[in-house]
Amino acid sequence: MSTADASIQQTAPRADRQALLSVRGVKTYYGNIIALKGVDMDVHEGEIVTLIGANGAGKSTLMMTIFGNPRAREGTITYAGRDITRMPTHEIAQLSIAQSPEGRRIFPRMTVFENLQMGASINGFAHFNQDLERVCTLFPRLKERLQQRGGTLSGGEQQMLAIARALMSRPRLLLLDEPSLGLAPLIVKQIFSIIKELNEKDGMTVFLVEQNAYHALKLAHRGYVMVTGNITMSGTGKELLEDPQVRAAYLEGGHH
Amino acid sequence: MNAPSITTPAQTQAATTTFDLSAALKDAFKAALITFGLSIPILSFRTEQSGADLFLSSRWGLALIVTAIVFGLRLLVHAYTASRSYRKATPSPKQATELVHAQPSAFQHVSKFAIPFFLGVAIAFPFLIYLVQGGLNESRYWIDLGILILTYVMLGWGLNIVVGLAGLLDLGYVAFYAVGAYSYALLSTTFGLSFWICLPLAGILAAFWGMILGFPVLRLRGDYLAIVTLAFGEIIRLVLINWVDVTNGAAGISSIPRATFFGIPFTAGEGGFAQTFGLEFNGMHRIIFLYYLILALALLTNFVTMRLRKLPVGRAWEALREDEIACRSLGINTTNTKLTAFAIGAMFGGFAGSFFAVRQGFVSPESFNFLESAIILAIVVMGGMGSQIGVAIAAIVLVGGPEVLRNLTFLKAVFGEGFDPNEYRLLIFGVGMVAMMVWRPRGLISEREPSVILKERKAISGSLVKEGHG
Repeated sequence: MSTADASIQQTAPRADRQALLSVRGVKTYYGNIIALKGVDMDVHEGEIVTLIGANGAGKSTLMMTIFGNPRAREGTITYAGRDITRMPTHEIAQLSIAQSPEGRRIFPRMTVFENLQMGASINGFAHFNQDLERVCTLFPRLKERLQQRGGTLSGGEQQMLAIARALMSRPRLLLLDEPSLGLAPLIVKQIFSIIKELNEKDGMTVFLVEQNAYHALKLAHRGYVMVTGNITMSGTGKELLEDPQVRAAYLEGGHH
Repeated sequence: MNAPSITTPAQTQAATTTFDLSAALKDAFKAALITFGLSIPILSFRTEQSGADLFLSSRWGLALIVTAIVFGLRLLVHAYTASRSYRKATPSPKQATELVHAQPSAFQHVSKFAIPFFLGVAIAFPFLIYLVQGGLNESRYWIDLGILILTYVMLGWGLNIVVGLAGLLDLGYVAFYAVGAYSYALLSTTFGLSFWICLPLAGILAAFWGMILGFPVLRLRGDYLAIVTLAFGEIIRLVLINWVDVTNGAAGISSIPRATFFGIPFTAGEGGFAQTFGLEFNGMHRIIFLYYLILALALLTNFVTMRLRKLPVGRAWEALREDEIACRSLGINTTNTKLTAFAIGAMFGGFAGSFFAVRQGFVSPESFNFLESAIILAIVVMGGMGSQIGVAIAAIVLVGGPEVLRNLTFLKAVFGEGFDPNEYRLLIFGVGMVAMMVWRPRGLISEREPSVILKERKAISGSLVKEGHG
């Protein structure tokens, strides 16, 4: 474990380059209720960036705002040099950003195979076979269940399917919303090691929203802490992990 | 892991690997032969008393139909037992989840035989009726009923695209039926265009109106969508009533040109259908032609829907029904997806409408009231949303059922001479609906058939890649 951590930390800070995804002063409202109070955040190419925070801090709202649903009322979101703040969701998805949304949102009555087909429909099934082989190697469980309806999978398998579906479009940036939610510790470990593998082997950029702060910060190059719609802290994963405030708020009594 | 206790007899063991089609056919044939033999003394002859004389009349058609039914049922039984023993005999290492997986395959086994059977009955229907009734003119009632049922099957399949696949609750589907009917009525009476030119035009016009309905309701879901589509259906009907200059108002449009056999009219005289083909003239030729016309249109609807389901657009419809937000974040343009569903569903409604006009020779706003929409929707919901065969069965039951009731004379003996089951049609609908909601809340056939069936579950084969490109 410790050697793996060291290797992550060495490649961590890349703030000098232009960010792949940058969020500037984003404010999002639900009706009159403000959910994001001006968020600044950067994700660089090849990084794993995590956003941690308590329930209702606005983590998922930020993730959905990046995807244009709901749209930011103020501020700008740029991806690979393009302003995507006002773009409709499906056009953002076509810019090779993929998302595994909160609550998984797989298609329950469609088979695993059809779910994966839906994931590949953005790039017109150009590499469908290779991508299918690849996600099946990553998630052997799904390979066994290709013909099964999505709704009959277990929670962990549904989470795997949601990630696999997002991977089918060969994204440059992968947004994951609480992949560990409601899963057994062993499966959480498995999913996190797959995220790491995707990042190290394929150079995929990952933005990870998590409540499971310990695992998320151990995995990530950099992290942000969100409290009631504001980013209150940022730093490398290690820094945040060792920060007394973060420890007190998100790690004590936790996962050691 | 959990090896089953192997106590299954040798027969079922044999049936485990594959379904033995030839053996099943042989057995079904035997059963049919026995039935036929038995029907000679029981069914084939009937004595009729006329005054003091007793006549023997033969009913070979009825005997043949019973034989055919026994043959079909026997095949179904074989398919069912084979698939069940297959399920039982193959031990699953993955326990509960795999059992769920096995469910659709059993259904597929049955449907493999049920669909050709139904199709065969539908194609042979006029001949069977001709044999049973013993004459063309006598079979008119039954063929008319067949046409009526098939019209609703087609409408059900058309609406199934919108409601069953895309999950957009549409209470005003009859509007597109009306658009199709009036398109044909107006184009043929004003410009003298033939049915075969008007049919695609009616489809295009209905699809166009489908898009017009689609735009304002793009952002709506569920109840709100239902209200707007309901209003749309009523608006179309009210426009038809009040725009007297064009539609002739409530009086409707009459003397719409009849269907021709690809240009050959069904008339008695020179150049008519009967004379061209050297037949004796009979008005029923036209009716039988109409029967095959609506059968072809319905099958076209089915074929197109089945193909679309395997294409990205069809998958997008189903995904949209399941989860709209997930759909969008996978890069699906939900606006276009909804509009295509509305347009294609409406197009088939338009086809059915122009068929209605050519069959009746008369259209009026009366025929396109909300009750029609409700019946079509009931067919889709009771059949099982998205299931093609379920919709067909529901159409047969809901449309044919009241007619069958009408013919059950013992009901009159029970409820009195003046009893007309047709008046209780809505009551029967209601009871049927309630019963359905209790026992089969997701419709007759609620199991969704996967659009892609993988041959080898474990390996990813080359054939699967082609399906993927679908």
